[in-house]
Amino acid sequence: MNLVQLNPPSLDPKTAPPFPAAAKIDLRDTQLRRNVARATDTIQRKRAALVEEKKDWQALRDAGAAIRREALRNLDGYLLQFEERFQAAGGTVHWAANAADANRVVLDILRENDAREVIKIKSMTTAEIGLNEYLAHHNVTAHETDLAELILQLGGDQPSHIVVPALHKNRQQVREIFARSMGLPDLSDDPEALTAAARQYLREKFLRVKTAICGANFLIAETGGVTIVESEGNGRMCLTLPETLIAIVGIEKVIPRFADLEVLLQTLPRSATGERMNPYNSIWSGVIPGDGPKNMHVVLLDNGRTRVLRDAIGRQTLQCIRCGACQNACPVYRQTGGHAYGSVYAGPIGAILTPQLEDMRYAQSLPYASSLCGACYEVCPVKINIPEVLVHLRARVVDRGRRKLASLFDQERAGMMMMAAIFANRRRYEAAQRLARTAQRAVRHGDAWYHWLPGMAGRWTETRDLAPLPKETFREWWQQRGRS
Amino acid sequence: MRIALFITCYNDTLFPRTGQSVVRVLERLGHTVEFPLEQTCCGQMHFNTGYAREAYPLAKRFVEIFADAEAVCIPSSSCVAMIREYYPALARENEDAGMAAAVGSLLPRVFEFSELLVDALGVTDVGAYFPHRVTYHASCHGLRSLHLGDKPLRLLRAVRGLELVPLDGLEQCCGFGGTFAVKNADVSAAMLTEKTRAVLNTRAEVCTACDNSCLMHMQGMLHRQFADVRTLHLAEVLANTEVVPA
Amino acid sequence: MVAAARAIVNGPRISSRERVLERISKANSRAAGLPESIPRGYDRGSTQSAEETVALFESRLQDYDARVFRIRRDAIAAKAAEILQAGHRQRVVVPDGLPKAWRADGLAWIPDGELSIDVLNAVDGVMTGARLGVAVSGSIVLQHGPAEGRRVLTLLPDYHLCVIEAAQVVETLPEAFARLDPARPVTFFSGPSATADIEMTRIKGVHGPRFLDVLLVED
Repeated sequence: MNLVQLNPPSLDPKTAPPFPAAAKIDLRDTQLRRNVARATDTIQRKRAALVEEKKDWQALRDAGAAIRREALRNLDGYLLQFEERFQAAGGTVHWAANAADANRVVLDILRENDAREVIKIKSMTTAEIGLNEYLAHHNVTAHETDLAELILQLGGDQPSHIVVPALHKNRQQVREIFARSMGLPDLSDDPEALTAAARQYLREKFLRVKTAICGANFLIAETGGVTIVESEGNGRMCLTLPETLIAIVGIEKVIPRFADLEVLLQTLPRSATGERMNPYNSIWSGVIPGDGPKNMHVVLLDNGRTRVLRDAIGRQTLQCIRCGACQNACPVYRQTGGHAYGSVYAGPIGAILTPQLEDMRYAQSLPYASSLCGACYEVCPVKINIPEVLVHLRARVVDRGRRKLASLFDQERAGMMMMAAIFANRRRYEAAQRLARTAQRAVRHGDAWYHWLPGMAGRWTETRDLAPLPKETFREWWQQRGRS
Repeated sequence: MRIALFITCYNDTLFPRTGQSVVRVLERLGHTVEFPLEQTCCGQMHFNTGYAREAYPLAKRFVEIFADAEAVCIPSSSCVAMIREYYPALARENEDAGMAAAVGSLLPRVFEFSELLVDALGVTDVGAYFPHRVTYHASCHGLRSLHLGDKPLRLLRAVRGLELVPLDGLEQCCGFGGTFAVKNADVSAAMLTEKTRAVLNTRAEVCTACDNSCLMHMQGMLHRQFADVRTLHLAEVLANTEVVPA
Repeated sequence: MVAAARAIVNGPRISSRERVLERISKANSRAAGLPESIPRGYDRGSTQSAEETVALFESRLQDYDARVFRIRRDAIAAKAAEILQAGHRQRVVVPDGLPKAWRADGLAWIPDGELSIDVLNAVDGVMTGARLGVAVSGSIVLQHGPAEGRRVLTLLPDYHLCVIEAAQVVETLPEAFARLDPARPVTFFSGPSATADIEMTRIKGVHGPRFLDVLLVED
């Protein structure tokens, strides 16, 4: 019995279990771990080969980081410029301070157009605001059209990776889901056949449904442009065929100039899928007469992003272009997959973005879900120093805790305070060393290793032995040497 | 050269032989080693766990103690990374201009052990003899923060009698991560299992690295499994000669 | 009573737009850091000759299983007809502005005059020109001018025959962006649509044309 599959995991940081508890369960799903390892290894290998080939890769990262920093530094100016250009081209811009605002705006547009169903392109932003659930509650059906999102929607599951959201599913599971929902009992589990079934199933919706909802990879201030980067073609379907298109876009997605894409469209595909370029990129502004939707809406979403912007160290988190390379590189994510993070955004970027969006009130375990190995920073195409932000957020979690009475009784805090006092001067430090050795003599004989320890230290000995304290510290040896 | 040794709190208490080996190697090369006894800890454990406030006085203390050193040698890449990457920020955030200046002056004189040998002293052959099959694990801080590159491997290749075998996934984290090993013990163990598998597959007798934190972690599982592999800090491999057995 | 209390607490209604802009302004006044110029040290020009660039373009297209036919300008119509007939593609939609000289007799060319989705769904293919090609990534870029047509033309049909001149092919993406018109829509095509969502097995041709033939025109 696999607990993970019984209940769709909660990706709401307000209710999800802390990372260690969720990870404990997911670690026992060996199929998940194999799938995650294979998927991340594959993309990493392809990415590495392309980075090796691209001699100006570091220069592209430098430029990409600077472009994203500049956009954030003048965020209001660029958003206003985008709004003006987009509306001049016949589109409408709405602003949403939070998820409730955004959902309401979308519903209002749907009601204006009498839309009872919509087709959707994968958008983590819409998952973040819980749009599908909100629409369902108001009797609007949202059909996901990305293959992975389709698999998850039909299977009642949640995404576990930014770029390959259903990587935790194998072909038999997909076959079973499609056979059941599409009424195809004889469907084989060959990926070609499964994809063909999805193509057919979705085509009917593309041709019929008049309203589509999407996210966007970038908004271009200079031209009022919307940019959609994709592989499957469902994006192009949704942005071309319907009469009404609503794009819900985080405010941090804006970039200053059209030409800035010459950098980001080199680094994004190589980082996300290990390709020199993904199959389709669409860039347009507003309404194009005779070509595409007549009603074009962009909803600019804050929902905590301005909070992230306030933090001098944390704000670099908003540079993210959602490539997923950090997830693929992360040795922690490799073992657990995305669900354990209890958030729409998983892996290293999730560990820093989600707690900040929640003003550090929730997802406090996420900044600790890292060994600080730095592999994420190494691959980030816009040079977000994720380890620096992780450590900074740990300090914010600790500082929040300091103000609470309960912290007085916290084992970790007590230990840290004690160690700080011990390290503060030589005499105390040497005394502590001697005391530890004395204590050890009471429980240990000779060189025997520890197989069990009490309290927090016991978490080490669950799976690892620990050598006993040596008979002599380095400084004792050094001082002895001096005398002889 | 007069080289001040910062042994690090955990090497001092748990791995004194690493320190002894550093002394042996440097004296063998004709240098003088000093050991300021006031030293305790660089503050990394506190800083990385979110106790930046408590790390600041420890960092300040370090900078004061080593202010006049000609060179500081540290056999721990994670501690060097802490000093290089976060001491300037700690001084800045605490508006401590004096410390900021002192850090700026000290940083160029701080070296991880393999950096000291290869970059500062210009040697790769330290006259070592170690007739064993050895594999090398690249600690994350040494790899990604210090950019040690192949310095440790060049030092190992110059050791007489040593059979060096490559480690699959040598750049993958062993799962220690400081308090991570305890706060996320399950994931830490899962990561360690992969690392252990890679080490066992090399059929090496010894696994070495520039950080005893990683090695302590790796040895913990190897020992639990009664594996025929032991871990040894790079300094201890390099200290070995025909005369003094390992 | 609750509503009255809420009105007192919240004060006059401030729009979401104003609220968001104010938050951004406040956040940036505290934490934005110093302005810096964008370092553009990446490759912005080409490193290869025109022939090498075209050869690279052809090679990358072939990696995508596209067929590439190098022809002279006066052979476009004949070659197009030959390929379409060999593939049993009789009913081919063309953009209004596609040069008549490219359309040989004997095929049922369907000029696009706001054709319905149902009609487009049933044709055998589409033939267009292009704005430019990018060699490094084997990308064909359309800006949907008269010879390229509206975007749905290269979306619904399963087959795309694209005419592109060697002189339109650049090596790198920065060169492409220097030539693109920022005021027009852009669509990049780099291989057929694909997914790796099922067990990381790459499947080609999900939505959008699965088959691409390219007439690479040299003088």
